Amino acid sequence: MTSYFRPAATLLLLMTLLTGGLYPALVTLLAQSIFPAQANGSLIQDKQGQAIGSALIGQSFSQARYFWGRPSATAPYPYNAAASGGSNLGPTNPALSDAVAQRIQALQQLDPDNHAQVPVDLVTASASGLDPHISIAAAHYQIKRVAKARKLPESVVIALVESHSEPRQWRVFGEPRVNVLGLNLALDAAAQTAQP
Amino acid sequence: MNETGFLQIFIYLLALLLLSKPLGAYMARVYQDESIVANTWFAVIERGLYRLCGIQAEQDMRWQQYAGALLVFNLLGLLVVYALQTCQDLLPLNPQALPAISTDSALNTAISFATNTNWQGYAGEASMSYLTQMLGLTVQNFLSAASGMAVLVALIRGFSRRNTNSIGNFWVDMTRSTLYILLPLSLLLAVVLVGQGVVQTFDRYATVKLQEPQTYSAPALDADGHAVLDAQGQPLTQTQQSQEQTLALGPAASQIAIKQLGTNGGGFFNANSAHPYENPTPLSNFLEMLAILLIPAALCHTFGFLVGDSRQGWTLLAAMTLVFVALIFVTVPAEQHGNPALTSLGVDQAASNQQPGGNMEGKEARLGIVNSALWAVATTAASNGSVNAMHDSFTPIGGMIPMWLIQLGEVIFGGVGSGLYGMLVFALVAVFIAGLMIGRTPEYLGKKIEAFEMQMAAVIILIPPLLVLGGTALAVMTEAGKASILNPGAHGFSEVLYALSSAGNNNGSAFAGLSANVPFYNYLLGLAMLVSRYGLMIPVLAIAGSLAAKKHVPVGPGTLPTHTPLFAVLLIITVLMVGALTFVPALALGPIVEQLHMHAHP
Repeated sequence: MTSYFRPAATLLLLMTLLTGGLYPALVTLLAQSIFPAQANGSLIQDKQGQAIGSALIGQSFSQARYFWGRPSATAPYPYNAAASGGSNLGPTNPALSDAVAQRIQALQQLDPDNHAQVPVDLVTASASGLDPHISIAAAHYQIKRVAKARKLPESVVIALVESHSEPRQWRVFGEPRVNVLGLNLALDAAAQTAQP
Repeated sequence: MNETGFLQIFIYLLALLLLSKPLGAYMARVYQDESIVANTWFAVIERGLYRLCGIQAEQDMRWQQYAGALLVFNLLGLLVVYALQTCQDLLPLNPQALPAISTDSALNTAISFATNTNWQGYAGEASMSYLTQMLGLTVQNFLSAASGMAVLVALIRGFSRRNTNSIGNFWVDMTRSTLYILLPLSLLLAVVLVGQGVVQTFDRYATVKLQEPQTYSAPALDADGHAVLDAQGQPLTQTQQSQEQTLALGPAASQIAIKQLGTNGGGFFNANSAHPYENPTPLSNFLEMLAILLIPAALCHTFGFLVGDSRQGWTLLAAMTLVFVALIFVTVPAEQHGNPALTSLGVDQAASNQQPGGNMEGKEARLGIVNSALWAVATTAASNGSVNAMHDSFTPIGGMIPMWLIQLGEVIFGGVGSGLYGMLVFALVAVFIAGLMIGRTPEYLGKKIEAFEMQMAAVIILIPPLLVLGGTALAVMTEAGKASILNPGAHGFSEVLYALSSAGNNNGSAFAGLSANVPFYNYLLGLAMLVSRYGLMIPVLAIAGSLAAKKHVPVGPGTLPTHTPLFAVLLIITVLMVGALTFVPALALGPIVEQLHMHAHP
């Protein structure tokens, strides 16, 4: 066994330098020069240059005037982007049904006239707890509430939802979706231009 | 399941099968030391490595020497990962000032990454410094994968060589796997993934201003940082407000590329490939999913080339693909069907062009049902174990299939190297059974399969079920084992069974509700990972040595052809029979009873 020690130790050291040092450094160099925005987290900045979110990471919304994203199971508060994770509740766990029932109640409380069935992604926790998207159906479910809370014509909100809807990538991959933070920022921007 | 769903699955399978052949041919050239683009560039590096390490590249090893080199190399790697974790607070590249990892967790993680399991008891962004992720975890992502490939190549030499006691040189096989196969593919994939949005930076975590401040309750802390207790001894909570969101970053893309290509599966972040910074778009999802099965599928062709009969490789690939496709069409519909408990609450789970519908708990909106379920089947067919959805929240049948794929011994594609050497052992069993039926000495690829090979094959096939079922029994009989369960009832048993299946077959995925970062599970699962990796590798090398020493038997009228559809079916039956007979009783207590319960009491 001892005769293997020298080649094993030296090879491990050199391979560590190669695959653990040189390789990540090279990827970082390439990433930072070709795709700097993506490599640093796809951050969104406001007019003053302050970072106000990431295009890839959701934020929690609970006011009637904003579109709500997926429920998030991160601790200690939802959408904690320093501690990602799902609820891990099993399908037959009563805690899951209770949580979903509460979320439906919260939605209906602010939108009592809406008797449509609730799209499933709007009341179930995402895997990462940071899901930036909801389905098109989940956005449509909330249009009336948002328009009413903002005293905006529904057509304006519908147009914004449509302009923020992403189709399947290359028309094939994934699911059609709406970026919630992007949509809400656009709503705020529309409100600012409407009030000169 | 709609047309787009079928189309996505079809494109995935097509891309996988089309790419596997050229890559398989390339890898065969790498192991035969023929001239290829990469080794004309990097031959200087390769020779330099050997000179510095005092390795005689042309000196072949007997199987015992090969196993010795592998064990020493893997043990040293394990110790480095352990050391890096336990003193990361003293080392550089720790911008979040994360503390050192506890002994039991560090040991579990070190074993996990050295054995190509990548079971993760810890949460990446909250525990591991950038230096630990790079120098410890990324390195083992490469080297554990390369070790698996080396053992496979040694076994193939057992078939292709004759009348010799040497099966190749471990140092050379390991170095070539890393230098010419894993590194170039990883570099390419990493850069493409960054283009889709995967982060790659050494900067500290970013802070952004929230649009809607968060109010939450957190445990009240005194001046020393200890929890304040009330009169009943319960921790007091206080309401806090947060105006900011902290975004965990890091050198993620470089690690994610090799985590998929090397069937490792250990995420940079806790949510693994569900995290938008690890898997931001449907295209990144497609590429990562392709990377999971690419090398295991291509190695079937490499095998065909190296034994001089490409039909042998096709037969194994066909057997794997058939089982894989069949199980995709169990899991996807199960998840698409949704959860009856939510239907009665007024939730719309029907798929349409406006929503994926189905069981969306623990799944991401951009990926939907089809891509989450397809990934779950791919990651457990291979011993990858990365997840883009939370398996614990799958429907009972949707979650049972990934668990059963692990329990089959990780031979449906399986890990890089380890999947195919496992499948070749099943092929030996299949020809042995066929030999018994027709009363002839079994042969495979011109080598007589005799008592020694069958003894080793029996050891290889029996070790994982022993670890899985024995470990599960131990866990559910002890308080320490039961205390970590999250979900009540049969699902709680499934969590434990899944954890032991995952560790006992070096997969690494989890029903993650189980709180596994406790000493009981860290040690139990660590032991299971260690025994199942090396307890299988050593007998495989012994078979390689025994086969290499045999003479070649020419094909006769009594030889069972092993390149036919008939043999592929025989092989599938062998794998499924062993898997079904061993695990159906345990599965009946977990997912099967839960499925009945779910539909009886919606």
